[in-house]
Amino acid sequence: MSARRSQRLPEPVLRALFVLGSVAFGIPLLLAALGFDAGPAMIALWRGSFGSYDAITSGTLVRATPVMLTGLSVAIAFRAGVFNIGAEGQFLAGAAAVTSLSMLPVLGASYASSPVALVAGAIAGGAWAAIAALLRARFRVLEVISTILLNFIALYLVGYLVRGPLQEPLHIYPQSKTIAVAARLSRLLPSSRLHAGFLIAVAAALAAWWILKFTAAGFRLRAVGANADASRSAGMIDVSRTTTQAFVVSGALAGLAGAIELTGVTFALYENISPGYGYTGIAVALLARLDPLGVIASSLVFGGLEAGATAMQRDAGVPSVVVSVIEAIIVLGLIVAWPQARRMSIRRGQQLPTSEPAET
Amino acid sequence: MTASVEGATLAAAFLEGTIRTATPLLFAASGELIIERAGLMNIGLEGVILGGAFGAFLGATHGGTAFGYSTAVLSGVLVMLLFAACTLGLGADQIITGTALTLFALGTTGTLYRALYGGGGAAVSISTSAAVAIPVLSRVPVLGTALFAQPVMTYFAYMLIPALWWWFMRTHAGLALRAIGERPVAALAAGVPVRGYRLAATLVAGALGGVAGGVLVLAQAGTFVENMSAGRGFIAIAIVVLGRWHPLGVALATLLFSATTSLQYLAQAMGVNLPYQLVLALPYVLTLAALAGIGGRVVPPAALARVD
Repeated sequence: MSARRSQRLPEPVLRALFVLGSVAFGIPLLLAALGFDAGPAMIALWRGSFGSYDAITSGTLVRATPVMLTGLSVAIAFRAGVFNIGAEGQFLAGAAAVTSLSMLPVLGASYASSPVALVAGAIAGGAWAAIAALLRARFRVLEVISTILLNFIALYLVGYLVRGPLQEPLHIYPQSKTIAVAARLSRLLPSSRLHAGFLIAVAAALAAWWILKFTAAGFRLRAVGANADASRSAGMIDVSRTTTQAFVVSGALAGLAGAIELTGVTFALYENISPGYGYTGIAVALLARLDPLGVIASSLVFGGLEAGATAMQRDAGVPSVVVSVIEAIIVLGLIVAWPQARRMSIRRGQQLPTSEPAET
Repeated sequence: MTASVEGATLAAAFLEGTIRTATPLLFAASGELIIERAGLMNIGLEGVILGGAFGAFLGATHGGTAFGYSTAVLSGVLVMLLFAACTLGLGADQIITGTALTLFALGTTGTLYRALYGGGGAAVSISTSAAVAIPVLSRVPVLGTALFAQPVMTYFAYMLIPALWWWFMRTHAGLALRAIGERPVAALAAGVPVRGYRLAATLVAGALGGVAGGVLVLAQAGTFVENMSAGRGFIAIAIVVLGRWHPLGVALATLLFSATTSLQYLAQAMGVNLPYQLVLALPYVLTLAALAGIGGRVVPPAALARVD
């Protein structure tokens, strides 16, 4: 009886229950097994994530913003059958571009700076992705490999910039000068760190949902992702062009995430500006089953987890990396439970024409 | 006279650093080479190395260096068993599984380390395995101490590449594995147990990745640090690409990546004001260029990262 009823539960509800279960039971079990005191840790996790106005607005929503955008970036790419795991590098490209821009004499300190900066960040992220997109379209280079390489190149470039051309005036710390107050994103609520970037991220998710569902471009993207061969045979879709466009848009979203993080939270560029937002984006997108509206919800889950983890480490002495275990369990659980998440790359297999055998 | 002596010392230090950096990378890259030639892509190699490093540390604190290496291998194999269960068992996507594995290993090892050894205090350290000088060879000027006065695992690494080349190119099993990486369906039709080979390749890749982690802890750092693999898993993946999925190419690519790292340390130690991040980025740029076909076409195994 109850089994039949549970079958009728809508799928998103099941997913929410699964995530809730992993967090509510997984973390205490894991902590108890390792000899930590689970009770205070869970209370700290709750207090740090959703337990108060301050935790929600200054913690969870702020942490959710970058992963909402990187999650969106990954979702768009995966929907088109593009395995962009380079959101991390594209994020850095966006953040670096904004920092460079903010050092410009007049513009950097003006109120026009912030919208220009966001556009520049998106362009930089898109350009960084375009390298991999081009390599894929022209030379059939697996984007999984090229985007990993580009992530590292971006990281080293940022390392160079913050010790070289963009280093703060005293040349002591490996970070850039903080950007002018006028160039920062405005705060949304009194006594809260929540900034306008959150609204931009939500708007981007809504726009992506609408475009995917109701426009011709969105239809082409979904068609190519679902079956590239059929799209090609149908003759009305330029597969290569569509995937390249999706790839660049995906990069632009990650670049925008970097620009927003810089102008809304950190105000300066440094090497560890992203604690893996690009990679968390993959988990966010998967939990949302690549649905832009779902990304909003799943980014709140991951944002809450990460905000709560910080509090857990501070107040209960539990290492915050324990959250990585839960994130991994959520992703692995999804792979096991949902066939679609399992077989993402069937599409890409069909998409790339079989190349000649490797020389030996 | 003094200038040439100094030059020789520097060259020896540079070579020694290169070999030291290369040793764990070579183990990890060899494992990735094997699994990729079987048509599987393991993005989770970073997690395997991390698992191996923690396993090594755990083992060595209880039973010494040799036991540490065996627990390193075991940990690497365990991580890859999870990979095999998801990808080969459930048909899950390799890229997603690999990404999750790295997250999983990062979280698990970090949390376990804090749980077992505490967070705040000084790092628990273990004695690292001593260098073993090979009698005659280690006396060769410059090259000798750099290449032949290394920990034992480095000598295993030297032997790994010829062994791999021989196995890939001169044995039936090696041929079968390469066939699986190109046309799994054809290999299956020819009677090759594709799944069996892929499982074996996965576990061997786990063992080698585990050894890589073991070397980091037991022969180099002498302790465990959270996220101590520091991207080596991804470097190893790049190495396999730059090495064109060939054992000898992998050896050369490993040397290139290691040499730039060693050069950077040397330059820093000498106080040379080099934008070393750009030097470190160079091998990645080269790998990208190689993929784009500069210097000849680079063709990955045809079935790489596909589900079939």
